[in-house]
Amino acid sequence: MARIELNNIAHSYLPKPGDDSDYALKRIQHIWEDGGAYALLGPSGCGKTTLLNIISGLLTPTRGKVLYDGKDVTGLPPEKRNIAQVFQFPVLYDTMTVFDNLAFPLRNRGHEDREVDHRVREVADILDLTPYLKMRAAGLAADAKQKISLGRGLVRSDVAAILFDEPLTVIDPHLKWNLRRKLKDIHEQLKLTFVYVTHDQVEALTFADKVVVMYEGEIVQIGSPQDLFENPEHTFVGYFIGSPGMNFLDCTIEGNVARCNGASIVLDNALAEKARGIQGKLELGIRPMHLKVSAEAVEGSVPAKVKAVEDQGSHRIVNVTLAGKSLRARLPEGGRLPADQVWLVFPPKWTRLFADGRMVK
Amino acid sequence: MDKWQDNKAWFLVLPAFIIVAFSGIIPLMTVVNYSLQDIFGPGEAVFVGTEWFKEMLSNHRLHNALWRQFTFSGLVLLIEIPLGIVIALAMPKRGWGVSASLVTLALPLVIPWNVIGTIWIIFTRPDIGLFGVGINSLDLLEVPFDHTAKPLYAWITLLAMEVWHWTPLVALLAYAGLRAIPEAYFQAAKIDGASAWATFLYIQLPKMRGVLTIAVLLRWMDSFLIYAEPFALTGGGPGNTTTFLSIYLVKLATMQFDLGPAAAFSIIYFLIILLFSFAFYQALLNVGRGEKA
Repeated sequence: MARIELNNIAHSYLPKPGDDSDYALKRIQHIWEDGGAYALLGPSGCGKTTLLNIISGLLTPTRGKVLYDGKDVTGLPPEKRNIAQVFQFPVLYDTMTVFDNLAFPLRNRGHEDREVDHRVREVADILDLTPYLKMRAAGLAADAKQKISLGRGLVRSDVAAILFDEPLTVIDPHLKWNLRRKLKDIHEQLKLTFVYVTHDQVEALTFADKVVVMYEGEIVQIGSPQDLFENPEHTFVGYFIGSPGMNFLDCTIEGNVARCNGASIVLDNALAEKARGIQGKLELGIRPMHLKVSAEAVEGSVPAKVKAVEDQGSHRIVNVTLAGKSLRARLPEGGRLPADQVWLVFPPKWTRLFADGRMVK
Repeated sequence: MDKWQDNKAWFLVLPAFIIVAFSGIIPLMTVVNYSLQDIFGPGEAVFVGTEWFKEMLSNHRLHNALWRQFTFSGLVLLIEIPLGIVIALAMPKRGWGVSASLVTLALPLVIPWNVIGTIWIIFTRPDIGLFGVGINSLDLLEVPFDHTAKPLYAWITLLAMEVWHWTPLVALLAYAGLRAIPEAYFQAAKIDGASAWATFLYIQLPKMRGVLTIAVLLRWMDSFLIYAEPFALTGGGPGNTTTFLSIYLVKLATMQFDLGPAAAFSIIYFLIILLFSFAFYQALLNVGRGEKA
């Protein structure tokens, strides 16, 4: 168990990196608290795996330090770091039995047979692998294999943290849910630090207490799933979290009104106040579920044209055009909707402003 | 399912069947035909049944050639497979060294068999050969090195020739197998604290099973059929010490015109290769493979 501190980490895969664009990771400053369940969320290629490999020691960062409980481990190889990593594809020692697979990390570290046996049985019990112990690992199903990969991390009682690199990619959908559930249980039972890399927001939001969102080599926001949803600090978070993502409109501020290409949207006074002095590109953002669609003009509404309605089972997504921009709103199932002209209401409580991509607060 | 009314589609198989007939079935049947008859001359043949087979199976010269052959092929596998793996492990994984080592390794593979024979004969000659003159000038050997002088020297030369010629093939196959292992396996091994030896034993070797099966089969069959090298080197000598199966067979068929026994022998030879190839294939396919869950 450990508190893992990333101190000003930057990493480039090039031998002589020049400017920022050569870096897969730009300044990363973050602390993984002991016992936390973190999700590291971001699109493919944003540097999630690079960051994970730096934590585990498979990569040495170009700049910066990695500290475990305050101890500098930047130069230490993975086997000296007490870390475990579960990879995208199950990594098994094919010729060994499940028992030997689980025992492997302990035997490599010279533990006694009796202790190995005890630990392996304990971990197999947690992971429901006991009936398979005598079987060859190669013959098992993908979810059992992934559990063995995880088990190889859990057997080491001194393990500081377990890193997961998109571990559910090759698992069938109905088993995914079970396995994710199992991971949560194990986290609660063992109170180990879990860092879970994924590009699937559902996975991230259901697994983690804290979600770390990465974008182009930087951490753009750290927060609870609710924070990320309600107060995205970056337009990327707004766009990436939620399905569909946040709506954005370019705008200028006049008094407490945001003017978007002719349409006027009334904002919260305090927010408009903060935005007034700001230079740079301003954008207004609102979640589809917060955007109200009304059949007739009400106070503060702006007219829009309906383009399409997608029925998604439990709700409908309405595509509308406002001042030449396409927006999406989420409506409950049922109820009539005009085929052409509607009025949109932007509740000030849920309307956010972004200056050069960052939320105005 | 309904039965097809029209089976004309079978005619489409005909071209393939004709080609296979000419390339395989007819020549093989000719051999079977010879093996069952005693041929005195054109048009004078007597059916003898399995007599040639019985004779061949109790022929002690064939037995000797067979044991020689097993020893030779066994040694070839024992040297080439581990050596090929070691070379593959030592090869660079990226950069210009990859193409450089691949090209260097491939060189012996593109040289024709009899040229290899000639190269090595000259190389080991005691009067002008680099190796022959070199080792003899050290004055370490009781009998000066000369591959025609002592059976052991002929064998060493032959094995060296074979190993030089074909280990690159094993190395290339093993290298391809190694490169195909996903990086995550090595990362996991590192995290699990596996030593280099354990990584080799539990990751690299099992993952190379497929390519090594092919390597063992190819080298087994090829070395079992070896002809050009011993023929070029000593023609089967000194004495009969490098008379392998194919050399004995050719002697029987083309020098003594014992077509019947030679044909029976060919079929036995063919069956031995088939049997062992099958055995190797099954063994390698199933080694370390456990029961299903």
